[in-house]
Amino acid sequence: MKQLLSGNAAVALGAYHGGIRVAAAYPGTPSTEILEHYAAYPGVYAEWSPNEKVALDTAIGAAYAGANAMSTMKHVGVNVAADALFYASMTGVPGSLVIITADDPGMHSSQNEQDNRNYAKFAKLPMLEPSDSQEAYDFVQQAMHLSHQFETPVFLRLTTRVCHSYTVVDVPEGEEALPPAPPAEPPRWCRDIPRYVMVPSNARRRHPAIEQRLKDLAEWAETADVNRIEPGDPAIGIITGGIAYEHAKEVLPGASYLKLGMSYPLPRHKILEFAASVDQVVVIEGLDPFWEEQVRLMGVDCQGKLDEELFPLWGEFSPDVVRAGLAQAGFVAPAAALPDVMSRLPDLPPRPPVLCPGCPHRGVFHVLKKLKLVVFGDIGCYSLGVTPPLSIIDTCGCMGAGIGQLHGAEKAGLADKAVAVIGDSTFFHTGMPALLNVAYNRGAELVIIMDNRTTAMTGHQEHPGTGRTLQREDTVSVDTAEMARAMGVRHVTVVDPYDLKATETAIREGLNADEPAAVVTLAPCALRVPRKPALVIDPERCNGCGLCLRVGCLAIYRVSEDEARIDPLLCTGCTVCQQVCARKAIKVVAE
Amino acid sequence: MDKVDFLVIGVGGQGTILASDVLALTGLALGYEVKKSETHGMSQRGGSVDSHVRWGSEVHSPLAEIGTVDYIISFEVLETARWVNYLRPGGTILINEHRIRPLMVGLGEAQYPSDEALLEAFRARADRVYLLPCLAAAQELGNVRTMNVVLLGALSELMGMEPDPWLQVIEQRVPARFVELNRRAFARGRELAQS
Repeated sequence: MKQLLSGNAAVALGAYHGGIRVAAAYPGTPSTEILEHYAAYPGVYAEWSPNEKVALDTAIGAAYAGANAMSTMKHVGVNVAADALFYASMTGVPGSLVIITADDPGMHSSQNEQDNRNYAKFAKLPMLEPSDSQEAYDFVQQAMHLSHQFETPVFLRLTTRVCHSYTVVDVPEGEEALPPAPPAEPPRWCRDIPRYVMVPSNARRRHPAIEQRLKDLAEWAETADVNRIEPGDPAIGIITGGIAYEHAKEVLPGASYLKLGMSYPLPRHKILEFAASVDQVVVIEGLDPFWEEQVRLMGVDCQGKLDEELFPLWGEFSPDVVRAGLAQAGFVAPAAALPDVMSRLPDLPPRPPVLCPGCPHRGVFHVLKKLKLVVFGDIGCYSLGVTPPLSIIDTCGCMGAGIGQLHGAEKAGLADKAVAVIGDSTFFHTGMPALLNVAYNRGAELVIIMDNRTTAMTGHQEHPGTGRTLQREDTVSVDTAEMARAMGVRHVTVVDPYDLKATETAIREGLNADEPAAVVTLAPCALRVPRKPALVIDPERCNGCGLCLRVGCLAIYRVSEDEARIDPLLCTGCTVCQQVCARKAIKVVAE
Repeated sequence: MDKVDFLVIGVGGQGTILASDVLALTGLALGYEVKKSETHGMSQRGGSVDSHVRWGSEVHSPLAEIGTVDYIISFEVLETARWVNYLRPGGTILINEHRIRPLMVGLGEAQYPSDEALLEAFRARADRVYLLPCLAAAQELGNVRTMNVVLLGALSELMGMEPDPWLQVIEQRVPARFVELNRRAFARGRELAQS
């Protein structure tokens, strides 16, 4: 049956049909929906782990126990999981293990656009890469089989436009759609100490086996269906794969193609054979010249992004980008030169993502701004505190980074008063060891845990604090304040972030404490609680001073020099603006 | 029609995804190859969002090229402007009459462009520009969330298409108790486009 599926939904369905039974992940755009779809299928185990490293160790353990397992994460999640990745490459797995990396070229929702094909080479692992949802469905199963055959973890690399594009998948029906039956007996541990205990003496013996495995995989790649030659015009031969293949086919459908479904290792003989069959070779790939460098090392004269600079090293590829590069080399006509309509318009006001009206983080940021603090930030909705007029986040690097940065800056003797802010899911992810370090190394520092009881930015996923698992079962609900105390922080305060006075007092006290301190600003995400009645501004009292506008709420707007108003459709009644108004002009509407 | 490319534009939270789903599934029902690409993640927090929907005898990229899109369907007046260069000369722009203030405009630090400036610019590229009160129509129908179906009704009329394939998809896509309401919303959209 033909179904229109997103790449993420197709991976989930393929994994289920193929017999993957255990999956662990930490949410991260563009990968999040894979586990959400997968968890809904019967007979599978799926979990949100606290971070990607724990997720990957979990999947490795399942594969060690003989199961078909997968772990999914966004590209930067692989950095967190990299330690596990490298030992798993050394030991291999007796079951099967598919590691899904969802890269984000163009940085739609990420801090960088690292090209995780490099991880395949770095960790000496095979990597498959689909171009559309049908291949996403097929390749996750192919990756599972490859993992079995070569006893190795296998990467499946997706990119944002594969994850979040919907294309047709031919979905099996009836008995064909049923996953293979699970083993009748529970698995038994097969002790193999030289294989699974990577002490140096064993690891030294394993390394040559890993190198041989790569050679065997390169041999497999020579004849595998995933790498396919599509003969066409012999004047130009295009080597490409992933989403770049689709863009190239759109722009130059008649060329000869070598479509790489396996990004690493490359099929050397197939590439040489293809190059010999065409007049000129062009390599089309997003981000790094990963294939081009290898193809050139094979002695193939080609164009791409190293010398010819047909294509950029950064940004997301599109048919426009591919056309511009191919036109520069004279292979296609350039895009028709149309007059720029935008130039007829004044500069458009930007519309960046912003904190939602009623967001519990807003009041905290207002206080931090009032106290003129340096704010070490982190990854999550609260990174939106960087948007004007709040502009209150001074750093944002990676998950869990802010607390360590604050600690280092304080130890370096930073003269400014500073705090770190971190969300609850990020605290559980990698913030905990950093706070432990503050307590252990006697940092007289204040960490603010902005606890909204969900993983908000990625779409409200469960985590160890929510009391529910991914598969909707009740579980423990870990209290961030108790956790801080357990790690040795004695000065811990919990406040309601909608109470600006109490929040300010708690933050001042935390800053003045001559010991490690934590303030937990505790209130659920505004998108998950019923709204209160909207507030109104009394035009008689309002003098247009703009204090309320400075909290940066979309619901408040200026109508003139001496008047602001509140949009009743957007206002949630959170009262932050009411508390900052010096003229007491903001009131609750009488119902 | 050999190919039809659509761009669905809006602000995170406006419900553009249902509209692009219906567009994609209608194309499939009509026998086209269809691809669709949409925005998730950060932009959904009140930022600009865009969905490409492509119908064709053969579709490779999920993204349309600049200057080739046949129909821009915009949920918000200003957002149309960010994408107007994607329209092919002679294409059609259908805009829901709804203005959502960006934060800088609310602060009084930037201006929301005037309708005159925007429409003049749009007409420099498009043959047909429709600014229709779809949100107001949805409010009259008693449910603002039917705004996207009003817009789809208008689009079907502008494309000169029969309502049936659209309605069949909408009926599959919305809860049973809302089917009748959405049928009315679709019909209202067609009326708006005729007038």
